Amino acid sequence: MITIKNLHASIDGKEILKGLNLEVKAGEVHAIMGPNGAGKSTLASVLAGREEYEITEGSVDFDGQDLLELSTEDRAREGLFLAFQYPIEIPGVSNINFLRTSLNEIRDYKGEEQISAKDFMALVREKSALVELDAKLASRSVNEGFSGGEKKRNEIFQMAMLNPKLSILDETDSGLDIDALRIVANGVNKLKTAENATIVITHYQRLLDYIVPDVVHVLYNGKIVKSGPKELALELEEKGYDWIKAEVDAQ
Amino acid sequence: MNELIQESKVVSFVEHLPKTMLPFNNDLLSRASDVLKSIDFPTTRTEAWKYTRVGRIASISTANQVAREGKNLSREDINSTFQTSTAGLTFVFENGIFRSDLSSGEFPVGATIKPLTGCTKDELALVGKSLKLDNEVFHSINTAFAVDGMYISIHDKAVIDAPIRLIHLITGKNTVSNLRNFIQIGKFAKAEIMQSYFALDAETSFTNVITEVNVAENAHLTINKLQYEAEGNYHIATEQVDQAKDSTFTINTMTLDGTLVRNNLNIEVNGVNCMTNLHGAYVLKSNQHVDNHTIVDHQQPHCESNELYKGVMDEKSTGVFNGKVFVRKDAQKINAFQSNGNVLLSDDATVDSKPELEIYADDVKCSHGSTTGQLDEEAVFYLRARGISEKSARHLMVAAFIGDVLSKIENDEFRDYTHTLLQERFGWEF
Repeated sequence: MITIKNLHASIDGKEILKGLNLEVKAGEVHAIMGPNGAGKSTLASVLAGREEYEITEGSVDFDGQDLLELSTEDRAREGLFLAFQYPIEIPGVSNINFLRTSLNEIRDYKGEEQISAKDFMALVREKSALVELDAKLASRSVNEGFSGGEKKRNEIFQMAMLNPKLSILDETDSGLDIDALRIVANGVNKLKTAENATIVITHYQRLLDYIVPDVVHVLYNGKIVKSGPKELALELEEKGYDWIKAEVDAQ
Repeated sequence: MNELIQESKVVSFVEHLPKTMLPFNNDLLSRASDVLKSIDFPTTRTEAWKYTRVGRIASISTANQVAREGKNLSREDINSTFQTSTAGLTFVFENGIFRSDLSSGEFPVGATIKPLTGCTKDELALVGKSLKLDNEVFHSINTAFAVDGMYISIHDKAVIDAPIRLIHLITGKNTVSNLRNFIQIGKFAKAEIMQSYFALDAETSFTNVITEVNVAENAHLTINKLQYEAEGNYHIATEQVDQAKDSTFTINTMTLDGTLVRNNLNIEVNGVNCMTNLHGAYVLKSNQHVDNHTIVDHQQPHCESNELYKGVMDEKSTGVFNGKVFVRKDAQKINAFQSNGNVLLSDDATVDSKPELEIYADDVKCSHGSTTGQLDEEAVFYLRARGISEKSARHLMVAAFIGDVLSKIENDEFRDYTHTLLQERFGWEF
């Protein structure tokens, strides 16, 4: 699905990613954990195509395509989805109008027909139920006046609507209470298939009780420094990151 | 010496214009002509014209304002070009001259509607009553040289459902069109008027229009105004409005084309319990300049005024918003809101925004605000991250921004046509 090789990225001349390698296959869930400032959100931003970051070295292959050559919108159209850590409020643009535009531009890109109004509304009803998002929120302005939990659920609702190949959840659990966390995680789990993949970026092991990863990676100082089975997350929860930092710094 | 030269500019501007044939009262005409003898065109040293230079209007060569042969047009052309529905009344003026051959519609019961040239001196006795002439060169020119315009009198208790459309065309080179409308809405009456301004093969032409409005006790009037004269032409408009008690006045001003457009809205709220709504949208590009100058004068208590102006400016366009709300000493319990927002799509576009409140009463609720900025790039990125092209993302956001104002328009025909023009001129789907 995605193969990242020796990825180096910097912002304002400061190198954040320093040779990151990662491979995620279809049907897999990978968790990326790590201390503050390790480069977790930078990785998400770089993959989504934020232009502030400069890629100085490395390659990213996304299902046979050179991801780094694609514009942000084309990445989304090819099936990459980023659930934002801080979803943006866009006053005046209705969620519905936004999603219809989005869905149709993706379909247009793939040479498919526009979705009919009837099918679209049916899809909205089906997918908003998945994350228990009030239908009223679907017709409001994008994220405007949403609570933190509603914003995150709206991200997963959009993910459900767009049906991506690869989803990157950037700290989707931060700021969620346990009920909202369960709803968001359930939504993600229900969307999981053998054909798609998920990268979960998180600070806390708690989310991984609900979204069970196949592999857990530790990102530190711009690189993946340790990978292991889901139990690694528990170990990190218990012991913190210092032992890993010490291990890496000793090398 | 300098003053002498400038004085002659007004004199030379008006010397070839035909004096008005309208039956205005003599005192008004002599006041206007006195002003014109002693006045200069405003410069940017004049506070009210600080950001708007009228030099290009002053230097139009106004000789040869001979009555031109009217454009060869049919009623069908008017209906199809301007997407007017066949319902209601349509009155067409070309360069201020009434074109009865292009006008149509069933006259409604309860209204007297005709060109000013068909009015008696009595009917026009109140023309100019509230309009300031001193130091107002364009008001004075209009008064002294008005060609024609619409007389609309809605009788007491009449409710006119069908819209009354005034379409004003400007044609030809260096044309000066002085248009004067006089509107009276009787007690408990209700009406809606659409005013649209277009240019057909016009070049360095100037429309100078004054619309005087009296809204009587408990009457309701909505004016939808569309300004779409092509680039290269100039437009100055004044709406002078008197509101009596319990009345509602709403004006929606859409400015989408024209090189220089100035709108003066002077609203005198002379009665208690009035509602005043001023909404405006301006969407500009190239070197366009639009100046919205509004005054709402609350002289009586228990009134509300809402003012919302929004602009989207691209390329080297410039915008001005100067909104002033007076709340006089006895005008307690006033709610007055004023808001101006601008989005600049280019580094070369500029806006001067000046909302002002002058309050002499002590029990009022007033607010004003002004914002100017660029589109939120984070939001653009967010939309793109969902597969929306950068162009569509920006359009979605601009449409949402302006949509605030467009949603205030209740007339579907007018709103749809505004959308058509936005699509035509800017390629935007709203």
